[in-house]
Amino acid sequence: MKTTKWLALFGALALVLAACSPSDDDATATTADGSTTETTADAGTPDTTEAPDSGMSAGEGGLVTIFQWQAPSIVNPFLSGGTKDLLASSLVLEPLAEYDPSGQLVPALAAEIPTVANGGVSEDLTQLTWTLKDGVVWSDGSPFTADDVVFTYEYCTQTTSCTQSSFFDGITSVVADDATHVTITFDAPTPFPYNAFTTYQSSILHKTQFEGCVGDELAPTCTEENTNPHGTGPFVVDEFLVNDTVTYVMNPNYRGIADGYPFFGSALIKGGGDATDTLRSVLELDEGDYSWNAQVTPEVVAQMEAAGFGTVQAGFASLVERIMVNQTDPNPDLGDQRSEPGNPHPFLTDPAVWQALSMAIDRQALVDVGYGPSGRPTCNIWPGAPYASPNNDACLTQDIAGANALLEEAGYVDSDSDGIREDPDTGDPLFLLYQTSTNTTRQLNQDLIKANWAEIGIDVELRNIDSGVFFGGDQASPDTYQAFYADVEMYANESGSPDPQNYMSGLGTTGQIVSPANNFGGSNIARFDSAEFDALAAELATTGDLDKRIELVIAMNDLIVQNGAMIPLIYRGSASGLGVDIAGVGDINGWDSEFWNIEIWTRTG
Amino acid sequence: MATAQKTVEQEHGELDAVGARHRTLWSDVWRQFRRHKGAVVGLVLLIVILLGSYLGPFVYPHDPFAIDISVANLGPSLEHPMGTDNIGRDVMARVLVGGRISLSVGITAMLIGVSVGTAVGILAGFFGRLDGILMRGTDMFLALPILPLLLVIIMLFRDSLREIFGPELGIFLLVVFIIGLTSWMQTARVVRGDVLALKEQEFVLAARSVGTRKSKIMMRHIFPNVLSPVMVAAALGMAIAIITESALSFLGLGFPSDFPTWGRLLFDAKDFIQLAPMRVVWPGLLISLTVISVNFIGDGLRDALDPKLRSKG
Amino acid sequence: MSRYIIRRTLIAIPTLIAISFVIFIILDLAPNDPTGSLPLTVPGDVREAIREALGLNDPFFFRWLKWMRQMFINEPLNFIESVFNISIGAGEDRVRIVSWSSRSPVVDTIIQRIPQTLWVLGTAFILGVIIAVPVGVISAYKQYSAFDNIGTFVTMVGYSVPTFFTGLLAIIIFSVWLGWFPSFYDTTLEVNSWETFVQQVKQMIMPVAVLALFNAAALSRFTRSSMLDNLNEDYVRTARSKGISENRVLTRHVLRNSLIPVVTLIALQIPGIFAGAIITEQIFRVNGLGQLLIISIQGGDVPMVQTLTFIFAVLIVFFNLIADVTYGLLDPRIRYD
Repeated sequence: MKTTKWLALFGALALVLAACSPSDDDATATTADGSTTETTADAGTPDTTEAPDSGMSAGEGGLVTIFQWQAPSIVNPFLSGGTKDLLASSLVLEPLAEYDPSGQLVPALAAEIPTVANGGVSEDLTQLTWTLKDGVVWSDGSPFTADDVVFTYEYCTQTTSCTQSSFFDGITSVVADDATHVTITFDAPTPFPYNAFTTYQSSILHKTQFEGCVGDELAPTCTEENTNPHGTGPFVVDEFLVNDTVTYVMNPNYRGIADGYPFFGSALIKGGGDATDTLRSVLELDEGDYSWNAQVTPEVVAQMEAAGFGTVQAGFASLVERIMVNQTDPNPDLGDQRSEPGNPHPFLTDPAVWQALSMAIDRQALVDVGYGPSGRPTCNIWPGAPYASPNNDACLTQDIAGANALLEEAGYVDSDSDGIREDPDTGDPLFLLYQTSTNTTRQLNQDLIKANWAEIGIDVELRNIDSGVFFGGDQASPDTYQAFYADVEMYANESGSPDPQNYMSGLGTTGQIVSPANNFGGSNIARFDSAEFDALAAELATTGDLDKRIELVIAMNDLIVQNGAMIPLIYRGSASGLGVDIAGVGDINGWDSEFWNIEIWTRTG
Repeated sequence: MATAQKTVEQEHGELDAVGARHRTLWSDVWRQFRRHKGAVVGLVLLIVILLGSYLGPFVYPHDPFAIDISVANLGPSLEHPMGTDNIGRDVMARVLVGGRISLSVGITAMLIGVSVGTAVGILAGFFGRLDGILMRGTDMFLALPILPLLLVIIMLFRDSLREIFGPELGIFLLVVFIIGLTSWMQTARVVRGDVLALKEQEFVLAARSVGTRKSKIMMRHIFPNVLSPVMVAAALGMAIAIITESALSFLGLGFPSDFPTWGRLLFDAKDFIQLAPMRVVWPGLLISLTVISVNFIGDGLRDALDPKLRSKG
Repeated sequence: MSRYIIRRTLIAIPTLIAISFVIFIILDLAPNDPTGSLPLTVPGDVREAIREALGLNDPFFFRWLKWMRQMFINEPLNFIESVFNISIGAGEDRVRIVSWSSRSPVVDTIIQRIPQTLWVLGTAFILGVIIAVPVGVISAYKQYSAFDNIGTFVTMVGYSVPTFFTGLLAIIIFSVWLGWFPSFYDTTLEVNSWETFVQQVKQMIMPVAVLALFNAAALSRFTRSSMLDNLNEDYVRTARSKGISENRVLTRHVLRNSLIPVVTLIALQIPGIFAGAIITEQIFRVNGLGQLLIISIQGGDVPMVQTLTFIFAVLIVFFNLIADVTYGLLDPRIRYD
């Protein structure tokens, strides 16, 4: 590869990133009230430390109350068991850089985002050097240095139970050049090198505090460290009640204090209840300011919003509710061989069938009934610009007649007039076992889709599985989404980063097909088997040019959608309930912590 | 002293019964039962509910599964007496059909739970030798974490039962078996406590001393005297079974999610309590009425089967 | 009697070991997984590494023995050390039972949960008994009176309508419409003044009422039926004919003889206090032991679930023993052989 091409990529990437900012400016403008600072300027601009003085004194705002019905268990992101824990840690710990709601990388502990243009990334794309902000101190008063960054890498890679170790994939070394420079070396040219130390999933730990906690033996014994880590963020943990309540107070050494950040002097995350309970507390009872993950039936949301204490807002990233179409045969008669590659599904590999399945679905109805403003119908697995494919939008309109015609033409006719079509090859009726996790919205959508599919002569049995089991990954269980002992299944998935490479490749490459070979841990759940897709994924991994990357991602998306491995349904936003008197939140951040900018939140009125 | 009289009375009743059992015992019971106003009302109510659930759907014009979003969230009207739900299904049609599973599961699971509980309780209380093992077994069942246990049962048995009995009967058997299996312990302990006291009373000791067989003592003397707590356990067990059935379907066990049951209808409607309060009231009311009617029937049966009261009447 | 108590206590040990073994088997088979709530973006090999590090892939017996050792040796020693502030042997090396989700010692978390659990469930239990026994007695004494019929109706509705509904109804009425009580329970509230006490009472009222209604329902039904049985006994007639006052007949003779099922149920409900009330705790966000148990089950946190259920088993065995001893006191004719 020629280096000029790599250079072009970075120019282009930076352009795209910058291009995102106007829309974000609009978003901040709508919520700005004088005190709001612009944290999301183009890459390279430092954040709140150099933001204008807020005109208020830090901590004067009192308490901000956040309801998070899934209560935090731990404040260390590297031992976290889910988003609930990561969110709790994001008030305390900070990464080098974070994503804003538009997916643009902005510096947090770093002074700027390294690019080829500014010399932060080597021209062969194998080295990345972060320059750290000067003068940042930990909450205990000791200085934040490059050693902490190196230590964080060591901590996670030397502890096998580190849940975020995939963020450090492909890294051969992390070295502190001096107190404010860290160089990361990759084992191969890496077109998107920003995974490590970015987002709330990969925040920086304090070396002095965690030094005695490295490794699987020691990490769990550090209860004090894991629940009350030293941080550089606006808050520190005051009291931690496992799976219940976290109370925070302002970090006395926070770098924004002189400029009046954070406005709130303390914060509280209260867990428990369910999404409806917590949303009611904010929207109807004014008992708190923020209700995380407000997936509640739209009519109920509207009724709660009518009380006037708050609204539900949604931030869109890459989360897509989809139906996975099993390319292999889940027939229990196959025993061990069910849903294994090599046993193709009797009719779901036929283009006519899955095209009909997709055409018959009324996606707008799914959104209206289940998601309201926090969902949009989509026909793509990657629905966000600039990688969204323009080629599949036909599915947005339901077409029962077309679907029926397609099936008739392909020979699937209802020969015994029982309302169910039969497979011309086997004579068996078209019957689908359709599973998903237990969740009111999903069951409503299941009901609707079952009715849609009944109209095209396909019989459906619904099954819902406890989400702890469905997403649990226990290999002995027949009910996990990976085992996929069903014909179709529905769930949502998203990319961990605004760069689609890892996520899109994982969805469809043959090496990722779930099988005993990879301990049922593969990410190609639909068992999509396509040499063409593999080739596209391989090309994407080595392609630097952004236009070309967009082209490749669109091609991968189209291949997987048009060949029936997945039926995308809904582009889902992260919905949260927000008190009317809370300002400065801006758009809900779907790419990073929803509390990424909590230091600039204020209370009005 | 007092119980000595009872023995005489009971022996007396027994002698009567031997002579004319076929003619009088059950008609006696029925006559006594009819005198119990509450029991009759309960029986009529239960029959009406049963008829409504099993025959109602054939008469009622709406399909409980028909979705029509254009008529979602309607209030009660002549067309839809109980309104529609949030995807436009007729609530009354669903309530009628929902009774089938709720009642079948409720009654069957209650019978299993109560029979097992009564049997274990009587055996443990009556035979000192069995007491230890049966009660430690009861302790174990009380201590088992129900949710993981259910998940294990689903994992191990769902598919094989489904294969043997078909999807519907298989699930029904599994649900009924699980609820029965996890709900007999309270009955067992209450019955055992009563039996411990009963077996030391004079009429039992007397029966023993004249050489009455143990099985006969249990059936003739012990069982009728523990009927009261058993009937209470039956009514309460019914309530638990109907609610547990819906809880099971959230675990991915029970019946498919689109199939209505009263417990499920109640759960699905609860968030709409302010928007469409009647949607919650109907299934809740029907569960309560069923349980109350079973309670009164139990009261009446207990009175009717109590030889002392019967002879008094 | 004392020989019986000693024998039962000795039997309790193998019983509890057997129970702990069965619980362990069930938890091992159960398809929940500690990596289940990680975002789907965490790849399969990382999940496998986490399972490996948690020891999930160790042999079954090894894990059970390890837990037994921690539960019966390490935790008690640690407890003694912290209570008496002494050190026994190499305390630093003793591995405590550590939760897979919070990575902190499960016993500490359980102790953290006890205050709110006792406040809410303990009060509800006591209130339930205070309501249920008199209601049961009066209902039986005045059988088929208006009081009895209303009591039957209320208790049956209270028992047959699930707490997920009564709890929600309470919130809608008392929080949304009337604004009297907060809809959630603040566990960080420290009662140290009159105001905070009022606050504590306010946040307790709804969960306590919902639970007490449910607890009282079953208890009052059994009390009533037991009273009815005894009221019809001949000894009551005899006592009355002897001219003993009605009050005395009721309290001395009937009530005492009717208490066996009441004692049984109370002995079943007390361990229930420690097991928590899963649904009610969820609705009112009390976050007591019930919520801890359900969260841990969903998260596949085997050490936490195992320890919680085991403590629950100990309480069940203990209180059932108490119940059996109480039977003997209530009815001296009851003998155990």
